[in-house]
Amino acid sequence: MLRGVLALPKHRVSVLASLALYGSVFLSILLCPASALPTPIGNVYAIPAFARKYGMPCSSCHEAWPKLSPFGQQFKDNGYQMGNERDAPIYQHPAYWPVTFRITPEWHRESTNRVAVDGATPGSTVEAQINTSGFDWSGLDFHTAGTLAKNISFYVLPSSDNTGAFHFEAVWGRLDNLAGTSWLNIKFGKFELDNLQSEKRILTLSNTGGSYQNYHFQPLVSPGSATSPQVSETLYTFGIGDNQVGAEWMGHSKDDRTRVSAALLSADDGEPGLPAGRGYDGFFTASRAFEIGSLGLQRVGAFAYLGETPTFPQFTQGGVGVAGTGIGNKGFYRDGLIGMWYVKKLDVTTMFFHGWDSAFLGSNTAANTPLPAGAQAPTWNGGLIETHYNYNPQLILINRYELIRMSRQVFASNPGNFGDIDAVTGGFRYYPFISSRAGFAFHTEYSIRRQRGAAPITGRDLTSSSFLFGFDFAY
Amino acid sequence: MHARKANRLAFFAGAILALAISSPAQESHIGKWDGHPNAGRQLFFRYCWGCHGFIGDGNGENAPYLNILPRNFVAATYKCRSTPTGTLPTDEDLFNSITRGFLTTYMPSWITLTHQQRADLIAFIKTFSPRWAKEKPGEPIKVPEEPALTLDSIKHGRELFQKLECWKCHGQAGRGDGPSAATLTDSNDQPIRPYNFAAGKRFKCGETNHDLYKIFMTGLDGTPMPSFGDVIKPEEAWDLVHYLRTLQITHNSPELTLWKSTKEGAEIVKAATITGTPTGSGIKQ
Repeated sequence: MLRGVLALPKHRVSVLASLALYGSVFLSILLCPASALPTPIGNVYAIPAFARKYGMPCSSCHEAWPKLSPFGQQFKDNGYQMGNERDAPIYQHPAYWPVTFRITPEWHRESTNRVAVDGATPGSTVEAQINTSGFDWSGLDFHTAGTLAKNISFYVLPSSDNTGAFHFEAVWGRLDNLAGTSWLNIKFGKFELDNLQSEKRILTLSNTGGSYQNYHFQPLVSPGSATSPQVSETLYTFGIGDNQVGAEWMGHSKDDRTRVSAALLSADDGEPGLPAGRGYDGFFTASRAFEIGSLGLQRVGAFAYLGETPTFPQFTQGGVGVAGTGIGNKGFYRDGLIGMWYVKKLDVTTMFFHGWDSAFLGSNTAANTPLPAGAQAPTWNGGLIETHYNYNPQLILINRYELIRMSRQVFASNPGNFGDIDAVTGGFRYYPFISSRAGFAFHTEYSIRRQRGAAPITGRDLTSSSFLFGFDFAY
Repeated sequence: MHARKANRLAFFAGAILALAISSPAQESHIGKWDGHPNAGRQLFFRYCWGCHGFIGDGNGENAPYLNILPRNFVAATYKCRSTPTGTLPTDEDLFNSITRGFLTTYMPSWITLTHQQRADLIAFIKTFSPRWAKEKPGEPIKVPEEPALTLDSIKHGRELFQKLECWKCHGQAGRGDGPSAATLTDSNDQPIRPYNFAAGKRFKCGETNHDLYKIFMTGLDGTPMPSFGDVIKPEEAWDLVHYLRTLQITHNSPELTLWKSTKEGAEIVKAATITGTPTGSGIKQ
């Protein structure tokens, strides 16, 4: 039955058949033991405005939107240009404005097994499992992007949370193909780092599974206890999955098989108004794709983020640090290797990740004070394996496993596995139609994440899970 | 017992026949890559159907919005060929077209697809037209080695440009604004503009001198651009190539450099040059 429906001429599956299919696959996921394994809704990029401009279906640029296909990646790398002398706005109808919105009404269930809550005795704190569920909706993204002229591209993304509070997720301009070469492209503004495994094009949306654990991990400092019922976490904020502010040079071969980039970034984790200090970070990537027979395009790459962050303010006002005057910078880095493997309809992404924080950052210590006794620079390793099965452009099955293992704790007295993470996500997206005008997906996903020793009082494992299904659409 | 054996035989015979009927006969062969239509079908319905349509007739959902209609694979008339006018192109011609894309149209370059994927797409595209089952591709024309570039060659090419009346469509300066330009239509009865040499260095069917030679020796089928294969000799065709390159005034080719080194050439190029930008200040024609 399922095969029969899926084998219907594409894009002509009736609404009824779509719902029947969605229901049956949804139930099969529910009943499948594999789905009973342990996954925030972020800003995700998929831009039907481009599909409308070029008259191409979503499936040209996206393996399954928002995840890019190699063709879509080249289009992006080329400054949102096809390169046929028809990219500049002068060739578009004057009424064309490249705007897309995306939002996801959904039902979701969230569960966390050990949350610190008030106990029966006044003043006491105990751990409790908290479950909640209901209908909801995601934040709203307004993507506006494209070309201002030949070889000048831009992207502006006002994005809201689900209360409607907006911020700018991306604001950049880019000079493309400078000196007539695809090896010289300069971007300026707030942008997504050149991550091959893009968190902005992630196929999972739930609170637990909507981001990559490895991209946001920061080591825990010390376990919680009954007298101090919360786990101490590092205070500086950084995520390789967060959009950053700066300038980027990017180069690629015409066929996009080889890609390199280097970015100079303000050390503010993408926040506006220079809130931290006057430091700069660097992000570097390189990758190479190659063909293996009829399997498809394979890609291997490496990346490194070298950063620093201030540990105390140079000036205070009423005891509060004056924004932008942070000093006492201490370093951190993240690096890794990535492989993207295609076996016809199946693709597998593998990633190795390594992280290091200065002992000052790891122990939340200002650089003008001595380190706590025994404090050392924390290090960790991580891995990711994500598989997608593209049954056809309308149906994609998604599975991901991530792990993070501490290799050196901030304090040797911490348990060796304190802060380790395992996270599993599974789901599917079904697109009842594919067109060059708009996108719609039935989205279902289950995700679970366990962090060792992170329960706030008992120091036991902290497990959280999300189940989400919804209508994900963009126009 | 015999009846059961006969039934089994009939079943297998039927299955083999069904397989033979359901397997599209068309394949493609480009170098070491053999394309298969079933694999190409999946790619076509991911990337191509929006413009070229479900049945490959160039009538996809976007076709009404495109000023140059997508290729009609059912008619199987192709512009970019190495084969004589009126014949089918080679698989390699189609492969090069998919890889290159088409300048000034919405057909992009599909160079990001693997060689195998492009070969598969070609195999599938060929299933749309019965022509591929009935006819063989034409024999690629022979392109003699390019003679050395000389001033005489350019000047002779210029004479040919006049004699063959290329200017009627392309204009005297090659800007695609000749007296006939506004009246031209393609085989779909759609208005079509002659190539504007001053716009860059690429052509619809390539960007090398070799490609340019082939364009006017094979013609662009389905457009008003005829084949001159029976009209001029190969050495004359090369002279025309050399002259046409001098019309590409925004591309620093050896031909343009040589042409500008003469007083006559320098004056002609200067007169044809636009300064400033089309939308900026300082425009001077």
